[in-house]
Amino acid sequence: MFGWEFPPHILGGLGTASYGLTKGMWECGDMDITFVIPKPFGDEDKSFAHIIGASQVPVAWRDVSREYVEQRIGNLMDPDLYFRLRDHIYADFNYMHLNDLGCLEFSGRYPDNLLEEINNYSITAGVIARTLDFDVIHSHDWLTYPAGIHAKQVTGKPLVIHVHATDFDRSRGNVNPTVFGIEKDGMTHADHIITVSNLTRQTVIEKYGIDPAKVTTVHNAVTPLSEDLLNVQVTKPKEKVITFLGRITMQKGPEYFVEAAAKVLKNNHNARFVMAGSGDMMDKMIALAAERGIADRFHFPGFQKGKQVYEMLKASDVYVMPSVSEPFGISPLEAMQMGVPSIISKQSGCAEILDNVIKTDYWDIDAMADAINSIITYPAMYNQLREDGLDEVNRITWDKAGQKVIDIYNRVINP
Amino acid sequence: MKAICFYFQIHQPFRLKRYRFFDIGNDHYYYDDFANDDIVTRIAHHSYIPAAESLLRMIEESNGAFRCALSITGIALEQLEQYVPEFIDLLKKLADTGKVEFLAETYAHSLSSLADPEEFAAQVKMHDDKIFELFGQRPKVLRNTELIYCDELAPQILSMGYKGVITEGAKHILGWKSPNYVYAAATAPKLKLLLKNSKLSDDISFRFSNPDWDAYPLTADKYIDWIASTPAEEQIINLFMNLETFGELQNRDTGIFQFLEALPRFAKERGIDFWTPSEAVQKLKPVGELSVLHPISWADEARDTSAWLGNKLQQEAFAKLYSVAERVRLCDDRRLKQDWNYLQASDHFFYMATKRMADGAVHSHFSPYETPFQAFTNYMNVLADFIVRVEEQYPLSIENEELNSLLTTIRNQAREIETLNKEVDSMRKNIEHYNEEHLLREKVAAPAAEEKPAKAAKPRKAAAKKTKKA
Repeated sequence: MFGWEFPPHILGGLGTASYGLTKGMWECGDMDITFVIPKPFGDEDKSFAHIIGASQVPVAWRDVSREYVEQRIGNLMDPDLYFRLRDHIYADFNYMHLNDLGCLEFSGRYPDNLLEEINNYSITAGVIARTLDFDVIHSHDWLTYPAGIHAKQVTGKPLVIHVHATDFDRSRGNVNPTVFGIEKDGMTHADHIITVSNLTRQTVIEKYGIDPAKVTTVHNAVTPLSEDLLNVQVTKPKEKVITFLGRITMQKGPEYFVEAAAKVLKNNHNARFVMAGSGDMMDKMIALAAERGIADRFHFPGFQKGKQVYEMLKASDVYVMPSVSEPFGISPLEAMQMGVPSIISKQSGCAEILDNVIKTDYWDIDAMADAINSIITYPAMYNQLREDGLDEVNRITWDKAGQKVIDIYNRVINP
Repeated sequence: MKAICFYFQIHQPFRLKRYRFFDIGNDHYYYDDFANDDIVTRIAHHSYIPAAESLLRMIEESNGAFRCALSITGIALEQLEQYVPEFIDLLKKLADTGKVEFLAETYAHSLSSLADPEEFAAQVKMHDDKIFELFGQRPKVLRNTELIYCDELAPQILSMGYKGVITEGAKHILGWKSPNYVYAAATAPKLKLLLKNSKLSDDISFRFSNPDWDAYPLTADKYIDWIASTPAEEQIINLFMNLETFGELQNRDTGIFQFLEALPRFAKERGIDFWTPSEAVQKLKPVGELSVLHPISWADEARDTSAWLGNKLQQEAFAKLYSVAERVRLCDDRRLKQDWNYLQASDHFFYMATKRMADGAVHSHFSPYETPFQAFTNYMNVLADFIVRVEEQYPLSIENEELNSLLTTIRNQAREIETLNKEVDSMRKNIEHYNEEHLLREKVAAPAAEEKPAKAAKPRKAAAKKTKKA
């Protein structure tokens, strides 16, 4: 598998989903999974998959001793594997910027030179594909499609790509032609395409012109939360708290949340709104909240990470995800795990599988305001959504999704 | 001797419009007139009118051998009067044949019997009056909303003057017993129970046009055969269904109308009669008592009240609604009372059900909302506004207890006024009596006085009053 993010060092939903799926597949048994990421930190969970860091894969010969390798990258990679990989270098990459082990440097994030990093990642994929023995190649999201294609060309093994999002979702329609090109290329070369929702499947078929028979939806799931996260202690304000949690970008529809908040606060003073996260539209949202005259009850605590996310959810009475276009959207499921009733836009992929949430159109701020008010005003509504929501989300497990992916593997291996 | 007892239900709620919480306190009109007009008119033309015409023909062609009962909620009647008055005329024609019985039920198709006996009695009374006003009949048999019935209700129903009750032949109540007999209520043995034969009723309303059903296609001949082949001592087959079955649930092209119209002919061939529910309770003796501890109904698989009060949303909405019942009864604002009726319709709670599978499909088929949560939110917003209006009449600052004591005082005073009035009446009578005697004495004393008209008028009046009393 080729992925870009892996917990605990994640920047968005991609890492969580890749992790959950891999673990779910491992639980189904009889799977030997290697997961390639650009830059491991050494604290990743290696119990169910071999983690290979592209930043430890040599692409040019360096004469180093076993002790030296052990001491340099022993916490990240078994030196034996380093030497096996070194035996499969297929071209001279000495013209590139390499380190003392003949490896490329990766940030593992989304830097400005992202395209270069994607390309480098694909170079290391060539070495890995020549070294390891495997049956299927699985690429998560466009960043790793070139690597997947490369591995397929080297080995002739079937390629499955996993579309967690398309550029149409990220850009509200203003597609970046380079990204589109990489995505389209990946889809064309893939033997099968997995999408995280029917919404995304439709985009893949319609916007990228892919044969529908080649595209299957496997909805994401959630990993059960640990006891400490479920029981985090927070002090709640006396008002009801309505939370937006995510990147404050165009895709997430933050302005609809502000507008709905203004509607609710006009009639109901027992509420506080929180927009947690950061992003390019944050300043605009702060200005909008001020313009609507609700700044005293509308808060921007900034980017939340790790445990803070769960503390934030614990303190919330309502979770809102007004995304304009959301391929799946794992966060409402996490809110439901914490027992927080959720309101999601009908334009999110998770709306396809959830019943015990309120679904509104992202632009329908009246409906959204009404739903928020209903949950914070009528205890029956809150309790019904909370309890049935918990029950529902606990049944959405990764092993079921994993089994579906394994079925697809079996189909591409024995067509 | 066997008989079929047909009863058809007609009900349409006043569906609510999209009512946002910022409308609370500002907008006091709650109904989606367009949808209501549209749905009622459509169903009337697809189903009610042709079905009523069929029934009329069946009565005529069988020379009155075909009989049936109709139960129409007050709020459905209101909408039909407004949107399809021609159907009301048809109903009057049916009433005029004397072969169609109209049943008693709650005016608003409400669940009041489960919450508020006083409200229940008032609504049934209101409905009876409406039926009498339109069709000139006083109902004798009660059909509670959605065939809800339990032991607790029986004494009240009997005391309201009904001879029989129509309810569901729920399997968990009957056990090995057959629904094809008349039973007596365990808590009020004088009250007779007519139980729906679910299998045979649902054969018509749900399975009739299902090609996967092993008895498909169902013909009148075959159907009457089934009824004729029930054990000889089972005398009454109760077929209860929505009138919408004909033409709406079962499309006209399925041949449902022809099926219905052919029933009397085949029934006659096999010596099967048609009885109205009151004939059935009159002619048949109960074979035993039936105890129903928990309320039953004809809805959903469970045949209980979980279709309306199964989850927290429904229970909350229901409790909030009836929390103001007493206060609403106190006031005399006409619009408020009207809204009170419309908001009690069981349908609003039906839409909030979170059941899944087959039951869920039925719920969402009828619901104007996309989800039960939307149904709840909308209803609660409307109810919030309604409660604000009730509070305007009787501020919350008065405690219910205080209000009760005030009410009792008022009632006591009313009673006192009544007794005083009676006293005044009897005194007046005494005076009149005295005057009369006095006049008679005067007459005897001075016969010439009769020429004066003013004096002549008095004794005539008094005489008239006297004859009336006698």
